[in-house]
Amino acid sequence: MGGIDPILLLASLMVASTPILLAALGEMVVERAGVLNLGVEGMMIFGAICGFAVGVGTGSPSLGFLAAALGAAALSMLFGVLTQILLSNQVASGLALTLFGLGLSSLVGQSYSGIKAPPSLDFDIPLLSDIPVLGPILFQHHPMVYLSILLVIGVWVLLRHTRAGLILRAVGESHDAAHALGYKVVAIRLAAIAFGGALAGLGGAFISLVRVPQWTEGMTAGAGWIALAIVVFASWRPWRVLIGAYLFGGVSVLQLNLQAAGFKVPVQYLAMSPYLITILVLVLMSARRRSATAQAPADLGKTFHASS
Amino acid sequence: MIRLVRRPMPSRGWALATPLLAVLLTMIAGGLLFAALGKDPLVAIRTIFWDPIMGKNAFYYRSQLPVKAAPLVLIATGLALGFRAGIWNIGAEGQYIVGALCGAAVGLGFYPAEGWYIFPLMVIAGALGGFLWAMIPALLRVTFGTSEILVSLMLVYVAENLLASMALGAMKNPDGFGFPGSRNLSQYPAAANLEIWPGTGIHWGVIAALIAVICAYVVLARHLLGFQIKVTGLAPRAARFAGVDPKRLIVICLGVSGALAGLAGMFEVSGPSGIVSIDFNVGYGFTAIIVAFLGRLHPVGILLAALLMALTYIGGGIAEGQLGLPSAAILAFQGMLLFFLLALDVLTNFSIRLGSGQTRGGV
Repeated sequence: MGGIDPILLLASLMVASTPILLAALGEMVVERAGVLNLGVEGMMIFGAICGFAVGVGTGSPSLGFLAAALGAAALSMLFGVLTQILLSNQVASGLALTLFGLGLSSLVGQSYSGIKAPPSLDFDIPLLSDIPVLGPILFQHHPMVYLSILLVIGVWVLLRHTRAGLILRAVGESHDAAHALGYKVVAIRLAAIAFGGALAGLGGAFISLVRVPQWTEGMTAGAGWIALAIVVFASWRPWRVLIGAYLFGGVSVLQLNLQAAGFKVPVQYLAMSPYLITILVLVLMSARRRSATAQAPADLGKTFHASS
Repeated sequence: MIRLVRRPMPSRGWALATPLLAVLLTMIAGGLLFAALGKDPLVAIRTIFWDPIMGKNAFYYRSQLPVKAAPLVLIATGLALGFRAGIWNIGAEGQYIVGALCGAAVGLGFYPAEGWYIFPLMVIAGALGGFLWAMIPALLRVTFGTSEILVSLMLVYVAENLLASMALGAMKNPDGFGFPGSRNLSQYPAAANLEIWPGTGIHWGVIAALIAVICAYVVLARHLLGFQIKVTGLAPRAARFAGVDPKRLIVICLGVSGALAGLAGMFEVSGPSGIVSIDFNVGYGFTAIIVAFLGRLHPVGILLAALLMALTYIGGGIAEGQLGLPSAAILAFQGMLLFFLLALDVLTNFSIRLGSGQTRGGV
């Protein structure tokens, strides 16, 4: 295992974790509002192609990220209308969103395979990035990496310390009570779904514009599903989402490095490891939660119908 | 103001009409999509839905219909049992792969022996492989309460990697000049799943699919298990009072759907595909989810829905060759179909009232 540079490994950990972190954070907000959107994978991959197409078209990765957020948020509104206005089953609608997103993105992406993404510059934070060892690990990354951490702080403040966050949580815990208090349950949930979509789109675009950086069909490879698992792992708390995402990012970076270092295990078995560890963590979390009180929002996944 | 009022019972008429309406709307929206891609929408729709059955060369395409529909029917029939009870196995793609690998392992293990018993053993191995793969999410769910949705889905990616390692390693054809992929099982008579009547496309998987439809119909309509599934889906609490053991139901539903998906994979690898290769799986496990919903989670409906979906696969293939339509368009098309179906279902479960009616105080 001599071929692995620990500094490079830790630095790429932050890059590898960012897409999952963004998607999981968005989904956490959606779930705190009481909506289970299983379409994260579909929104991510759609964000990946939107971001890539606009990034290549305009030559500006920033516009690409903007387009990814808007595109995936628009896609998430399909799910929103279906579940909030037409009162469809959330599990089925989320699956439909994923299948549709995968199909639509490979359709849009036909002419983009094999093209390189426009170069996006890493942003070295002045002074801090010059610190030996810590500098390259923490402070020489793409701006989106820092933005994702700022978003964690933002979501935490929002949920914990603002009135808007309190209302959002109330809607997720008991939509009937929130409705009786005069809050617009459907509007709040739609806003949460759009926010989740935008973050999933950013996460997808980060993969296609920064991490890889090019477009291939199905390139998110289950990152959206891992994000869903991380929300469970995090017990619906922002900081634990951060920890979870970095943990999984670490696993996937480590297995990639082991592959590159010619570790004596077939590549495919290493490639399985992030998924197997996701399952393991899910089991540990659900086994532990049996004794504690349930931490999921009480009305998660339930359909709200005002006149019932 | 438009208001939705929940029907006391889902409307039977709308339940039957919505799939047809959804197909129609998908054709219109799909036509717009094709027009946006710069193709003549009418030609595209005709190529996808008409030419495989009635166009020239239809005699060939018609025999492809059962070949493509059989795995969809097998998988969707199993999934529908669980979906009805609120048990979400969405990892059928993984169970399909593992079933194929187990079936192929038995076949390749016996090569080049001859004997009538080899194919039946492969069938058993395929079903068992899918069953065991589905038991992972089932047992984790009943012992730890882990979400079967996420676990079964994660296992798809594990199975895909397992498939790749088998195709490149343990199951690679020793006489294959180093090319990836196994021996061609369809050229090994004792293990081949060939057409029973030449030219019809009907192989043993098609027979198995029809048997599965009949069994599922009988179970749902006549058997206690069917009652338990339906009552659990409608009212989980009431089901417990009626003596339903939810854990047992989870194990049964996931086990049956896993075994059926495994069978589908085994029939595919020993027949139409023949080879264990990296790109063996083509997404039947996911399309089957759409088939299950389009067929209203009813065995007979699933049979019809699978035929329609098989048609889009074949028609999509023709459109790809003749019109240069990207193959991914069919995926988007299928996703759209599910969207319209779910959206229209509001008409099944609710009646729409115009005017404010009686407004409730407060809000």
